[in-house]
Amino acid sequence: MSDHQHSSEVGTTSSNAPGAELERFDDPGLPEHKSRMADRDPKAAKRAERQIVVLFAISVIGTIASLIVYFAVPPGETTASVRLSTLALGLGMAFALLGIGVGAVHWAKTLMSDHEHVDERHEQRSSEEVRAEAVKALTDGAQDSGIGRRGVLKGAVISALALFPLTIAVPLIGSVGGDWNVSKFRHTRWERGMRLAIDPSGRPIKAADVTIGSAVHVIPDVSEEERLSHAWITEKAKAVVLLVRLDPRELKEAEDRVGWSYDGIVAYSKICTHVGCPVALYEQQTHHLLCPCHQSTFDVADGAKVVFGPAKRPLPQLPITVDDEGYLIAQDDFDEPVGPSYWERLK
Amino acid sequence: MKALAARRHHRFAPVVLLLLALLVTGGVYAALAPSPASADTASTADIETGQKLFQANCATCHGPAAEGSTTAPSLIGVGAASVDFQVSTGRMPMQMEGPQAIEKPRQFDEEQTAQLAAYVASLGAGPAIPTDEQVDPALGDSANGGALFRTNCAMCHNAVGAGGALSEGKFAPALWEVTPRNIYQAMQTGPQSMPVFNDATITPEEKRDIITYLVEQREGSAGGLSLGSLGPVSEGLWVWVVGLGLLIGAAVWIGAKSS
Repeated sequence: MSDHQHSSEVGTTSSNAPGAELERFDDPGLPEHKSRMADRDPKAAKRAERQIVVLFAISVIGTIASLIVYFAVPPGETTASVRLSTLALGLGMAFALLGIGVGAVHWAKTLMSDHEHVDERHEQRSSEEVRAEAVKALTDGAQDSGIGRRGVLKGAVISALALFPLTIAVPLIGSVGGDWNVSKFRHTRWERGMRLAIDPSGRPIKAADVTIGSAVHVIPDVSEEERLSHAWITEKAKAVVLLVRLDPRELKEAEDRVGWSYDGIVAYSKICTHVGCPVALYEQQTHHLLCPCHQSTFDVADGAKVVFGPAKRPLPQLPITVDDEGYLIAQDDFDEPVGPSYWERLK
Repeated sequence: MKALAARRHHRFAPVVLLLLALLVTGGVYAALAPSPASADTASTADIETGQKLFQANCATCHGPAAEGSTTAPSLIGVGAASVDFQVSTGRMPMQMEGPQAIEKPRQFDEEQTAQLAAYVASLGAGPAIPTDEQVDPALGDSANGGALFRTNCAMCHNAVGAGGALSEGKFAPALWEVTPRNIYQAMQTGPQSMPVFNDATITPEEKRDIITYLVEQREGSAGGLSLGSLGPVSEGLWVWVVGLGLLIGAAVWIGAKSS
């Protein structure tokens, strides 16, 4: 307790009278100058010189080697030959540059002059005269411009200066987010009767093709033209679905979702409800679907409920059935927005 | 014809005739004879030997008639491909219970494996062992294989097949060393945690494309050290430890006074 008081007293005194406490320490000054071996012994100086010459010679050899490599070891066609070529070229360049750099530093450290000199730091505050002069120059300038008397001029210059930043700020703010229409988060490309197709080939899938234990990565069956269009990547990112077939006896279905599966085939959105990674690590035996980003785990046999991890909601289910030709089709779009939460999600 | 007729009493005529007869017989036999026993055309003897091997080595868990038990699945209808995959990679017979059966030195040779496969295939129809042509990496398209691999496989097996972790001690193995035939069979039969990719969802040609892509990855990266191809973990560790270590070392050397 007394120690603490004492130290706080010291703190107060030192802050009140700067320098008073510091008197206790002697300025150690500069350490004694030690001459280097190369300064004392001409032989050592000669040796250092030779070392530097060798380093620069290494650089020269590296440069020549990389030039030879450029012509003698072309990248070729195979992975191994590309690797060999870049490795040899890189080693040549590394020695060429390191030789110069290390040589220069070694030269400076061993042979260049070793004087130590002290640069005193000047005080940052200007002297009173200089400060008064600066203030006077400013007031003189202001008086000369007559800004105090000419009100309109003052207003004009302030308006011009204040408005100019808008030319930068408005486009900058306007381009943030790009598109503020959040209602499209609610819908995907899926619609009633649309066939399920295999990603990436686009072949439609028959229910009979999906055997028990299968996992199929699915996209909406759209025209080839749409699949090659620029907008498709955005649509696909929302619409991707994982289709799996379980033994119907293992499938637990909620009452309001009976009829959303077809003979043990269920389809769930592949976009994680946590932060939107593609959930696609499917363990066939446990029916667990894992997200690679944060290990959220969903139970596909039980409505894709979250069994582990940071996700808060089950994956949205795509209601499916089959058409007359036996192809799997969507009954409708998802009945809730896919992917992570956003503010307007429940509105 | 005259020349032939004139020489029919030549003393080498019987030898030539004998040779011709042998050649014809051999040629006809080669064309018409049944091909040597494989899983597809297994002989009854193979199936019987396979059954004996099964009774001795597999029946404890899979049941005397391969009907399965509480600890092991039924093998009726899994097909020869599944047996060949599990037995030729040493995963079966399992030595101990664990999160998943792991690869180990195989316990049965090529012939015994074929016999076991023949027996299990005789119990019910299932995927057959692929032909050499179906798994030949030289015949596939690695660009298409890469696209298929990234969509269907990369989430578990890593973008270049370096493998990765699953839940509760299970893992997707690295594919560097797996033979093309085993890769094909794994896709076809979906061993353990792996889902099934049957011939309708990934066609045989597409499976071969994937094999081509994977075999190509074994050449390593053109960019130099792949550091296990594990992504930011190993690369970050390398940069922070080795890269920054070298930079700090250089800074200390530059700042130190020469003696």
